[in-house]
Amino acid sequence: MKLFLKIWRQSNGDSQGSFQNYEIEDITPDMSFLEMMDVLNEKLIIEEIDPIAFDHDCREGICGSCSMFINGRAHGPDTGITTCQLHMRKFKDGDSIVIEPFRANSFPVIKDLVVDRTSFDRIQHSGGYISINTSGNTQDANTIPIRKEDADNAFDAATCIGCGACVATCKNASAMLFVSAKVSQFSYLPQGQVEAKERVLNMVKQMDEEGFGNCTNTGACEVECPKGISITNIARMNNEYLKAKL
Amino acid sequence: MSKLNSNIPKGSLSDKWTKHKGKINLVSPSNKRNIDVIVVGTGLAGASASATLAELGYNVKAFCFQDSPRRAHSIAAQGGINASKNYQGDGDSNYRLFYDTIKGGDYRSREANVYRLAEVSGNIIDQCVAQGVPFARDYGGLLDNRSFGGVQVSRTFYAKGQTGQQLLLGAYSAMNRQVARGKIKMYSRHEMMDIVIVNGKARGIIARDLVTGKLERHAAHAVVIASGGYGNIFFLSTNAMGSNVSAAWKIHKKGAYFANPCFTQIHPTCIPVSGDYQSKLTLMSESLRNDGRIWVPKEKSDAELIRKGELSPLDLEEEKRDYYLERRYPAFGNLVPRDIASRAAKERCDKGFGVNKTGEAVFLDFSHAIVRYGKEKAKVSGLDSSDSDLIYRLGRDVVKQKYGNLFQMYEKIVDEDPYKLPMKIYPAVHYTMGGVWVDYNLMTTIPGCFAIGEVNFSDHGANRLGASALMQGLADGYFVLPYTIGDYLSDEISTGEISTDSPEFDKSEKAINDQLDKFIRNNGINSVDYYHKKLGKIMWEKCGMSRNKKDLKSAIKEIQELRVDFHKNVKIPGNKNEFNEQLAKATRVSDFLELGELFAIDALERNESCGGHFREEFQTPDGEAIRDDENFKFVSAWEYNQDPSNPILNKEDLDYEEIEIKTRSYK
Repeated sequence: MKLFLKIWRQSNGDSQGSFQNYEIEDITPDMSFLEMMDVLNEKLIIEEIDPIAFDHDCREGICGSCSMFINGRAHGPDTGITTCQLHMRKFKDGDSIVIEPFRANSFPVIKDLVVDRTSFDRIQHSGGYISINTSGNTQDANTIPIRKEDADNAFDAATCIGCGACVATCKNASAMLFVSAKVSQFSYLPQGQVEAKERVLNMVKQMDEEGFGNCTNTGACEVECPKGISITNIARMNNEYLKAKL
Repeated sequence: MSKLNSNIPKGSLSDKWTKHKGKINLVSPSNKRNIDVIVVGTGLAGASASATLAELGYNVKAFCFQDSPRRAHSIAAQGGINASKNYQGDGDSNYRLFYDTIKGGDYRSREANVYRLAEVSGNIIDQCVAQGVPFARDYGGLLDNRSFGGVQVSRTFYAKGQTGQQLLLGAYSAMNRQVARGKIKMYSRHEMMDIVIVNGKARGIIARDLVTGKLERHAAHAVVIASGGYGNIFFLSTNAMGSNVSAAWKIHKKGAYFANPCFTQIHPTCIPVSGDYQSKLTLMSESLRNDGRIWVPKEKSDAELIRKGELSPLDLEEEKRDYYLERRYPAFGNLVPRDIASRAAKERCDKGFGVNKTGEAVFLDFSHAIVRYGKEKAKVSGLDSSDSDLIYRLGRDVVKQKYGNLFQMYEKIVDEDPYKLPMKIYPAVHYTMGGVWVDYNLMTTIPGCFAIGEVNFSDHGANRLGASALMQGLADGYFVLPYTIGDYLSDEISTGEISTDSPEFDKSEKAINDQLDKFIRNNGINSVDYYHKKLGKIMWEKCGMSRNKKDLKSAIKEIQELRVDFHKNVKIPGNKNEFNEQLAKATRVSDFLELGELFAIDALERNESCGGHFREEFQTPDGEAIRDDENFKFVSAWEYNQDPSNPILNKEDLDYEEIEIKTRSYK
């Protein structure tokens, strides 16, 4: 199929960006979206045009690197997937596709579609861990039984890949879904209780300092999350926060 | 040969590690504060090592090329992690895990290292649970296990199909705690370009900031390489796009021996190649072989009809299906080790029984498991077990609970519902057992330079068992390196701060700058991927699942020619002082083009079939591998010698004190 692409180009963080138009032919339905981008870049390199920079690595939906906003949606027009898992069968011959970076003040553009998401790392530094040393003689893993339901809920929250789709989608550029996934994971586990108060207070503080917006319960984050992280995690975090404040 | 001292402690196998730990020279807390350690790579091995070294008091500088340590490719490991906890009471023990691993590796791994791995495996699970890793649990609240290939016990701990993700996020969180304390300084989007050696000791690295393109000098008292495997030499593999050999290759060129490069793991269950544009292959976890049955049609004519789309696999009666693994290997069935399952799939497809358009796929079928689970569920819930729709629905839910994310991945890529139609799968490059040679302390042949995780060679021999990579990465990083490195660093307490203002740093930086300038000025005609794909094709066709003398010789020649062509005609857009992915890729492919030749030379020299290394000249009439213990019971440790075509072979003999070497049989 033939496609008309409108792609955001920006040489670096200090320069002004703009949309550029590209046409591409011979795209097959079984190609992944990023493979389509590879084909385009091969063409650009030979034509001596700077290829389009985009983040990508595992190409199987788990590393959280890929981050495009495609036709107005984070990770494009399919649910429960990342951009690397999007296939061209979701488009048809002659389609126009608009491709932008994830946009948020806390995710500054590095180049083209590549953004800086180290703000997420800094939030994790502020409390996304359980303070336990590597000793080799912590207690046996089966000493504390954990209800299967709690373990499953902790797991579901822990599957967040830190891609930032929630932030890019939210009209407030809020990172509440991302932060709450970590807070929630630990809140379901006995190991997470000891530092529960400090964790939620510090992580929320850091989130605010990074300039992420507030949550106004529109629920867009949950819809676009490639891993289906539930918005109930936000409620749970609010609850944890309130408990910590009281 | 003096350099190749494995430094295995004396004494009985089960006492070696304990005694060794007791004798290792220690560095006092007040001295640790003055010692810097560089860690390159932040996967399971690098992240766990960084966290533990920092916790012990060393100053750690950690580097990764990704935008965050959490994105290292360990994240993609699916199935699980082994540990000899014996929670299932099925007779597991450290010895059994050790024995299975040695046997699985076809008796080409180092006995003492493997025993230590088994010994610390249980601690890993304790540590991870304490960190808040949400492993799967049963209804009693205790940890659940499943089985993996080459094993007859259930010792694999898992978190659905995302075990690697959960373990890596655990190690990442341990790192974050140390970043917050200021004990780890994190350099993301940085690539190691070279190691700097001063007076024979590793003293630092040159790194490139991938955002600005600037070269940076970093000094340290020791350098730890944890940069993963080199499977991307095949272009198509289950590795991430950025996974590369460069850190390992750079230290190799500066004096670290490279061991058994031809030992590569081709994983049997991956989604088949669909076209020329393909950029990577996706694994379907080995855990699926707990419940999936692998088959092809018995008759070639049926296979042809299926290939043409004129016959649905659902319409082929049971008696017309060939469950070839169950037929050939009744004792282990679908859970034979990976090398064996891969070769068996290739054998069927080569003979014309393949089931997709290209003829390179076999079925992985869950219909029996769905019925089995459905009936069990119906019985437990007191429902009608003769209602086949109900059984299907109940069974599907159980399978979804176990492998949901894998089925979803498959469906998105292939556009078929694997709950209804059997999956189509084919082997793909997945892991490299070979790697940088290390001694018992995990130190390379460069003093002060260590290698941990997939990048080293020691634990998996010629074939790695499923769920053992995560175990090794975390064992090395949490429980081995942080202690063994002390033995070396105890001599460094008076060294003081190391300056980057030295002729060695100057020379190294200049060489890199020259290489980058050459790429930028090259004004060639072909992209980097053009060469990477060509190299991959040579490797897959001539150094892949089966190898022979003639092909290996021609591979060596073709790689040499391709390397010359690459340096003459590669085209790199942009310049070096900016975010330039093509330039970064060119430096990596340049290293793959050198490693490729060593890989083929190693495969040519090893005149035997063992594990993942199958030489067509050495097989039984029914296609099983013939190992030659008399002549090849050694580690090939290659020494770089001026250029990639003249490596020097050093041998580390493998002595097995505790176990009797046998022909590996899974029949």
